[in-house]
Amino acid sequence: MDIEDIEIELFVRAMQLRHGYDFSGYAPASLKRRVLQLVRTQDVSDISELNRRVLHEEGFLSKVIEGLSVPVSEMFRDPQVFRALRDKVFPVLASYPQINIWQAGCAHGQEIYSLAILLEEAGLYERSQIYATDFNDAALALAQEGIYATRDARDWSRNYQEAGGQRSLSDYYSARYDFIKLDHRLRRNVTFANHNLVTDDVFCEAHLILCRNVLIYFSNPLQDRTLGLFRDSLVRGGFLCLGTRENIDFAPSAVDFTNVDGALRIYQLGGRQTR
Amino acid sequence: MGCSAGGLTALQEVLAQVDARLTQPVIVCCHTGSSDVSLLCELLARHSRLPVEEASERAPVRGGVVHVAPSGYHLLIEPTLRFALSVDAKVAYSRPSIDVLFESVTDAYRGRIVAVLMTGANADGAEGLAYVRAHGGYAVVQDPTTAEAAAMPQAGLDIAGADACVPLNAIAGTLNQLCL
Ligand SMILES: C[S@@+](CC[C@H](N)C(=O)[O-])C[C@H]1O[C@@H](n2cnc3c(N)ncnc32)[C@H](O)[C@@H]1O
Repeated sequence: MDIEDIEIELFVRAMQLRHGYDFSGYAPASLKRRVLQLVRTQDVSDISELNRRVLHEEGFLSKVIEGLSVPVSEMFRDPQVFRALRDKVFPVLASYPQINIWQAGCAHGQEIYSLAILLEEAGLYERSQIYATDFNDAALALAQEGIYATRDARDWSRNYQEAGGQRSLSDYYSARYDFIKLDHRLRRNVTFANHNLVTDDVFCEAHLILCRNVLIYFSNPLQDRTLGLFRDSLVRGGFLCLGTRENIDFAPSAVDFTNVDGALRIYQLGGRQTR
Repeated sequence: MGCSAGGLTALQEVLAQVDARLTQPVIVCCHTGSSDVSLLCELLARHSRLPVEEASERAPVRGGVVHVAPSGYHLLIEPTLRFALSVDAKVAYSRPSIDVLFESVTDAYRGRIVAVLMTGANADGAEGLAYVRAHGGYAVVQDPTTAEAAAMPQAGLDIAGADACVPLNAIAGTLNQLCL
């Protein structure tokens, strides 16, 4: 076995035994990249040195979690997905007096604000409660602020239009120098919370779960377990939306879901057609 | 195989000449800027003698098939020889990044790979190529003077060097010789 691979196994063990974080179910190829990235950003000589700090240094854990989390996101990434949520999912959600939406792995919150805007425009925001969770506290703090770089806003405006947005994205933020700040009213019905998909339990009873590009980091058994967690969290007929290149064909739990739009990875719990 | 600007025609030429009896998998990372590689796959399939498909998350890497990296995601290979995707930050200003692909393919196949770096206007792939060579893999670089955009193969030569530096029309022949 490669020495680096042994060091990574020891890293995973150290995180588990010392801090209770379990990365053993993460897909190895990208986990390795992230651990090596940590070695570079924390300026340590190798993974063994990283492991020593994981074990001994108080306060180092948060840096490791931030390094392993990589909260990369965009507003209205894959605009067709948001358009499909609006056209195919919202009409069903509209029949509930109270709508619970869980976004798992919300990163810096870009998708939370995207969803909030679409709910506003569909007249559903008032009765919606959005739970935004991630296992990275630093990311959650930034998500609550809703401040992003101005240079991203242009792409996001185009995405918003393609997603079927009815106004101009700039109606929802104020711009200052190099930054935009999303209207804080967009988060009046949003609850931010730390939740680890690996170790924590059902978070709420949801009508829609959005969890895009998170399970791609999980190997098959953990992906399957997490799909089970989503099944147990959804009301019957509730919706699940994953990233557009995710593949659940190898997960036994996928049988509980049917396609609403298979190409866009929007599923429904139960339902009549099969996937 | 990695390429960027000018990559479509270069790939078409190479795949038209790659021997149809190839049993090894071919994995392609070509920066396209478009949000969908299905068109790229179609344009390659018209010329390729091997079937061309977009690489699908968690699916096994199959011999005799050209797998194309989806756009917007890094493409990696797990030790189980299945595909994995990531949306981690861009590497060398690119996602998918050729560096990421080369490094993870090298790990998964323990260096028993051939990496091909062709035309392109940036330096993605050069670091990956160095990794390939440091771990026992074989590096083929398109002769920059035959490349539509020379920067990428030139960076490969400067940073990693090559086991073979050949003009575009000789790349397929080199692969056939190495693989059959
Ligand atoms: C690539 S981001 C996805 C952001 C957004 N959903 C998107 O697609 O644009 C992945 C997020 O998943 C979070 N994550 C990774 N593992 C997690 C876990 N075990 N529990 C909760 N969140 C996790 C990371 O912290 C990161 O913010």
